[in-house]
Amino acid sequence: MIAETGHYALILALGVAIVQMVLPVIGTRFNDPRLAAVSVPAAQAQFILICIAFSALTAAYVTSDFSILNVWQNSHSAKPMLYKISAVWGNHEGSMVLWVLILALFGAAVATFGSNLPRQLQANVLAVQGSIAVAFLLFIVTTSNPFLRVDPAPFDGQGLNPVLQDPALAFHPPFLYAGYVGFSMAFSFAVAALIDGRIDAAWARWVRPWTLLAWMCLTLGIAMGSWWAYYELGWGGFWFWDPVENASFMPWLAGTALLHSALVMEKRDALKVWTILLAIITFSLSLMGTFLVRSGVLTSVHAFAVDPARGVFILGIMSVFIGGSFALFAWRAPLLSQGGLFAPISREGAWVLNNLLLTVACAAVFVGTLYPLALEAVTGEKISVGAPFFNLTFVPLIVPLLIAVPFGPLLAWKRGDLLGAAQRLTVAALVSLAAIIGVLALHQSGPWLAPLGIGLGLWLIMGALTELATRSKLFEASWAESRRRLRNLPRAAYGTALAHAGLGVMVLGLVATTAWRSERIEALAPGGTVDIAGYQLTFEGVKEGQGPNYKELAGIFQVTRDGQPVTTLVPSKRAYSVEKSATTEAGIHNSWRGDLYLVLGDPLKDGAYSVRAYFNPMVRLIWLGALFMFFGGAVSLSDRRLRVGAPKRAKAKTPTAVAAGE
Amino acid sequence: MTRKQRRGVLIGTCLVVLGVAVGLVLYAMRDSIVFFYSPSDIAKMEIAPGQRIRLGGLVETGSVTRDQAPPSTSPPMAQALPVTFTGVLPDLFREGQGVVTEGALQPDGTFKADSVLAKHDENYMPPEVAAKLKEQGVWREGAAAGGVTTQ
Repeated sequence: MIAETGHYALILALGVAIVQMVLPVIGTRFNDPRLAAVSVPAAQAQFILICIAFSALTAAYVTSDFSILNVWQNSHSAKPMLYKISAVWGNHEGSMVLWVLILALFGAAVATFGSNLPRQLQANVLAVQGSIAVAFLLFIVTTSNPFLRVDPAPFDGQGLNPVLQDPALAFHPPFLYAGYVGFSMAFSFAVAALIDGRIDAAWARWVRPWTLLAWMCLTLGIAMGSWWAYYELGWGGFWFWDPVENASFMPWLAGTALLHSALVMEKRDALKVWTILLAIITFSLSLMGTFLVRSGVLTSVHAFAVDPARGVFILGIMSVFIGGSFALFAWRAPLLSQGGLFAPISREGAWVLNNLLLTVACAAVFVGTLYPLALEAVTGEKISVGAPFFNLTFVPLIVPLLIAVPFGPLLAWKRGDLLGAAQRLTVAALVSLAAIIGVLALHQSGPWLAPLGIGLGLWLIMGALTELATRSKLFEASWAESRRRLRNLPRAAYGTALAHAGLGVMVLGLVATTAWRSERIEALAPGGTVDIAGYQLTFEGVKEGQGPNYKELAGIFQVTRDGQPVTTLVPSKRAYSVEKSATTEAGIHNSWRGDLYLVLGDPLKDGAYSVRAYFNPMVRLIWLGALFMFFGGAVSLSDRRLRVGAPKRAKAKTPTAVAAGE
Repeated sequence: MTRKQRRGVLIGTCLVVLGVAVGLVLYAMRDSIVFFYSPSDIAKMEIAPGQRIRLGGLVETGSVTRDQAPPSTSPPMAQALPVTFTGVLPDLFREGQGVVTEGALQPDGTFKADSVLAKHDENYMPPEVAAKLKEQGVWREGAAAGGVTTQ
C-alpha cells in the first residue's frame, strides 16, 4: 500500500510539474499574472509529492519490504539500519528519485523564499525548473520505476554491494546530487533571463547564493567520494582520473568559474553574456555527469551496467536541454546589453583569467574523458586515457591559475595596480621561497617539482592571509584599529580567504603525498617484520571474526617507531555471504605527518600473507583543504549582503552599475 | 586603452591559453594513451615489447599460481597468454572471471602487468571484455546484468 502511494505520488508530481512548466510561460507571455502565479503553489506541491514518494521508498527499505523489486535487489534484512537507508539511493532507481527530490527542494525554495523576486523572473525560473522535473520524472516513471512489485515476494533480499556499505559513501550521493542539481538553479535563472531578454546585477545577486550552495555541496561530495575511495578500495590512492570521477569534477571546475564570473557581474555589471553561457555549460556538464554515470557508456572500473533504454532516454534529455538552451542563447544573447569597461590588469581582469584557465582546464578533462568514447564509436579502437594524460594537460593549465589566485582579491576593480599587489605579497613570496629552499635541503629524493609544489601551497595560504591583513591594515594601523577593521570585514571576505587557503592546504597534501609516498609489498609469515618510513610493522598473525553481515579475516600488526609502540593495525578482508563478494578494509594509522596504510593480501604458502604497506605523507591535508573550501563557502553564504536588502532590479534600459559595495 | 585594444588583449590571452591547451592535449595524446587488446589480438598483431597496453580476458581456471613474492599467471581464454604480476590482487580477482591488466609485453612473450583491475561485483564485467567475449562467441547472456556504480 505504501509503495502504491509512493508510485501514485510520483505520477501526480509529474502532472504537477507539467502544469508548472506550461502555465507560467503562457502567463508571462500573455501578461496574465494569475496564470504566472500558479508556478509558486505548483513548485511547492511538486516538492511535497516527491517527498511522499521518497518517504514511501525509504519506508519500504526500513521495513525491508522485499515484495518491491528494488528493495529485494538492493537490500537485505541483516543489514545495519544506516545502510538500509543509504541503500535507498545506492541504486539507480532510488538515486534518480533523490535527484528529483533535491530538484524539487530547490524549486520549492525559490517559490517560498523568492517573494521579493520580480514576478516574471520567478515564474520563468520555476517554469524552467518544472521542465527539468518533467524530463526526469518521466524518465523515472517510464524506465526506472522504483516501486515495481515482485510476486511472490522473496524471503530475503540480495543485499547491497559491500563496498558501498560505508558511512562516507552513505552521504556521498546526496551531496553530489545537491551540487549537480543546485546548478540547475543557475541554469533556470540563465534561461529565464534569456526568455526575458533582460539581465542585470540583481540577477547575479539572485544566482550567486544558489551557485555557492551547489558548489559547496559538490565540493564536499567529491571530497567524500575521494576519501571513501582512499580507505575503502585498498589501493591507497585518492584520485584516479576515472571517468566517473571526472564526471563530477567537470561541473565543479565550471561551477567554480561561474561563482567568480557571477561576482563580476553583480559588482561591475560586466561579463553578462559569458556568465549566462557559463551557467548553461555548468548545468550541461552536470547533466552529462548524470548521463555518463547512469548510462553505462564508460569503460570504468566502476561503470554502471549497460541498459540502453535508460541511456538513450537520458541522452535525449541531455540533447533537449543542452541543445535547447544553447539555441536560445544564440538567439537571445545578442539582446543583452554589454557591461562595464575594465582594464586587463584589474580585479575583473583577474577573474577573466580565472574563468579562462578554469574552463580550458575543464575542456582538457572533457577531452580526456570523452575522446576514448568518441574514438571507439567512430573507429572501434579501444583506448584508455589515464593519469599521465591528465597530469600533462590539466596540471600545466591549473598551476598558473594557482599562482595568480593571491593577486586577484588584491587588485582594485576597473584598473588595478599589479606592482602594488606584488609588493603586498612580498612576505607571502618570501615564505614560499624559504619553504622551497628548506624542502630542497631536506629532501634530495623525490621529483624536482615537488618543492615548488610545496611553495605553491604555502603561497596560496599566505596569499589568503595577506588579503585579510591588507584589508584590516594589520601592522600599518594600530592594533586596536586593525582589530576593529577585522571585526567589520564582511563575512564574504573571510569566506574567500578560507576557501583560497583551503586550496593551498589541499595543494600541500596533493604534492606531499604524490611526491614522497613510499610503498612496500612483502610476503610476511607470522613474526615477520617490514620497515616503512620510520615505522616497523610486526605481523602477529591472523584472526577470524564475524560482523553483522560478513565474516572477516583480520591480520594483526604491531606498529613501533624507534622502538616505541605506536599502535596496532588490523587490516582485514571481509567476505559478505549474502552478496557473495569481498572487500578490503585497510588498516590506517592517521597522524599529521602522514598515514600509515596497510592492506592484507592473499594467503601464500606456509601461513604467510602478502602484505602491502604505504606511507602517504600529509595525505589528510587533501580532505582538510576541501573542508576549508566548504566552510569558506558557508561563511560567505551567511554574509547578510547575500540575504537581505540587495536584490533591487535595475530599471530597464538604464544599465547602471550597482555601486561596488565592498 | 580603448575598448578595442582591451578587447584585443582579452582575445589574445584567450587564444594563447587555448593554443597552449591544444598543444598540451595533442602532446599528451601522443604519449600517454593506452590501447586495449585481448590475447588473440596480441597473437595476431605485432606489438613491440615494452609498449604499454591493456590486456583483458578471462582468468583461466586452475592457472593461478602464487609465489612467495606473489606473481600470478592468468592466461586468458581462446589464445592463452601468461601474465605475471607482483603485488596484492584486487578483492574480486578470481579464476574464471574477467580482468583487465595494464602493463607491457616482455621479450620472452609473457605479459608483465603493473596493475590489475577486477570487476567491482560478481556481475560486472569491463565493457571491453564483454565486447570481446561476444565477438568470440563465448558470451553468456545475462552475465553482465545489474552492475553497481560507486557514484
